[in-house]
Amino acid sequence: MTGAGASSVTLAVENLAAARGLRVLFEGLNFSLSAGESLELRGANGSGKSTLLRILAGLTRQHAGEVRYSGAGPGAGEEAGRHFLGHLDAVKPSETAIEQARFWARYFGRPVAEADAAMKRVGLSSRNAVPGRGLSAGQKRRLALTRLLIEPRPVWLLDEPTAALDTEGRTLVGQLVAEHRARGGMVIAAVHGEGFAGSRVLDISELKAKAGRT
Amino acid sequence: MAVMSFFHNPHRFMAGSKWPAWGFTLLGVVLIVVGFGIGFFRTPEDFQQDERARMMFVHVPAMWLCMFSYAFMVGASFISFVWRHALADVAAKSAAPIGAVFTAIGLMTGSIWGYTTWGTWWEWGDARLVSVLILFFIFLGYIAVWQAMETPQKAARAAAILCLVGAVNIPIIHFSVEWFASLHQQSTFMTTDNKTTAEFKIPMYLAALGYLALFGGVTLLNMRAEIMKTRADILLQRRQAAD
Amino acid sequence: MSASFSVFVRELKLAWSGGGGAALPVGFFAASASMTPFAVGAETEALQTAGPGVMWIALALSSLLPMERLFQADLEDGTLDAYAGSGVGMEGIALAKTLAHWIATGIPLAILSPVLWIMLQGAPEQSGLIFLASLVGSLAFFFFGSIGAALAAGMRRGGLLIALVTLPLYVPTMIFGAATLDAAANGADWAGALMLTASASLFGIATAPFGAAMALRTAID
Repeated sequence: MTGAGASSVTLAVENLAAARGLRVLFEGLNFSLSAGESLELRGANGSGKSTLLRILAGLTRQHAGEVRYSGAGPGAGEEAGRHFLGHLDAVKPSETAIEQARFWARYFGRPVAEADAAMKRVGLSSRNAVPGRGLSAGQKRRLALTRLLIEPRPVWLLDEPTAALDTEGRTLVGQLVAEHRARGGMVIAAVHGEGFAGSRVLDISELKAKAGRT
Repeated sequence: MAVMSFFHNPHRFMAGSKWPAWGFTLLGVVLIVVGFGIGFFRTPEDFQQDERARMMFVHVPAMWLCMFSYAFMVGASFISFVWRHALADVAAKSAAPIGAVFTAIGLMTGSIWGYTTWGTWWEWGDARLVSVLILFFIFLGYIAVWQAMETPQKAARAAAILCLVGAVNIPIIHFSVEWFASLHQQSTFMTTDNKTTAEFKIPMYLAALGYLALFGGVTLLNMRAEIMKTRADILLQRRQAAD
Repeated sequence: MSASFSVFVRELKLAWSGGGGAALPVGFFAASASMTPFAVGAETEALQTAGPGVMWIALALSSLLPMERLFQADLEDGTLDAYAGSGVGMEGIALAKTLAHWIATGIPLAILSPVLWIMLQGAPEQSGLIFLASLVGSLAFFFFGSIGAALAAGMRRGGLLIALVTLPLYVPTMIFGAATLDAAANGADWAGALMLTASASLFGIATAPFGAAMALRTAID
């Protein structure tokens, strides 16, 4: 895993606004984040955390404002290498766990050995031959996490990464995030409950309340 | 407080469109009545030695307008897709049912015309008629797409895609049906002779202008209703949020 | 490209392992074509007249069947998010998925069609041509269908809408393909009609992935 180490990506969000249907979720959102930092998104259900992550991933179009990735090194710049882990795990019911991890290795053009190593790292190698439908919710989440390890990318966008995970799993996510930051990676995660050590916090609900008053 | 770009500033549209909406609708009705009146009662009977030629005053302008409405929707969809102007979405959405009605009128009168002229209610060898039938299905699909999507933004983009795809599709269908007709050699008696006299043209153009004005007027009325409905929805949501 | 190719390989595997994705459309094709004698009469002449057209309609509708799930499953389980979030173009994904599904389902349909052709009293010598025409025609049906599939993926009651949206796109292929079969049945020159069918599929392969990609980006938005 070399790619992320050399890069120093920065993210600038300016005056961002998002809407769902006719409802404004948030507006006037400004923040910036540099390499090695992590940001916890907090806020009530429906406050727009997932939508913000989807906008940062380039999946959803913002209502107004700008999102700019910049920086030097491989995978940085406008099309900065990003990983998006949504609240859905993208696990196929009929494929075995290891096949799915290996698929993502091929998808990203990485050696298949990376998939096997990632499965070991997330503690799923004992479930290698189990098809997706046989995995528990927590195991599916762990399988989704292997994507982060298979292909090193500087920006991780995680939507409640610890949901459905047991204590050990939550510790694992904390470790992965810390390691990623140590390599110069950036993490933005929507979280409920316990966050990550040394993380900045952004509460979207507050932002909306402020916007509502003006 | 900002809510959806175009609801920001539809005030100018709402203020400017009120009188044109009703004006065009009224003008359309008047022109159609005059056009049909002249066509049905004043044009000499012996035109093409045929009473049924009078069907043309209803049919031909309806066919023109169904093409025009679709072209209008394609233009609006294109603007919506490239510049994401929400007023363009509302325009395309509002024009669709009117276009569909003109298309239906065109098809029905065309069918009746076909029966009186060639003794058949429907002629599959006629590329124009068949293309318009397919266009009618595209209109229906377009309207259905608007109703099936969960948010208005998604619906607008899906409908715009369908509209643009349909615009590519229609000429291909026209060509295919022509080829199909040449294969089945049915198009020989399809020749329309162009002995149209000025007496015949005037009521037809009057009716066409009337259809056009009616299209503009009713589209504007639909757009206004759509915007007012959205405003009401926003107010309702805000009130719920405030509670 | 490697990403799209890996998706293509995965879709092929999923289609074969997931309990035979082709079984349902192939069964539908056989069953609906077998209804013909009951509707038009069992006389050889009647079947020879109506057979080619009915077969072609059955092929089109059978190609429409797998479209409902073409993108919907990936949208529902988050796979489409993962594809799009990784920065890979949706055009390549749409092309890979449609092509894989055609190989898994379209080719079995084409293999079955000479059998149905002979059942409907078509000349057995024409079997090769019927296979070829069905192969080319189903390719066009799948690609044009992918636009409707992508549009309907994000909709409520998408399955009902897909037919209304897609069938107008099927018209040229319907005309050219049925004309090919008709010419074959009457011993006429079928080459021109077959070429037109092929050009419809080429046009579909060249353009449909872009339309489908636009619709998919809307669906995940």
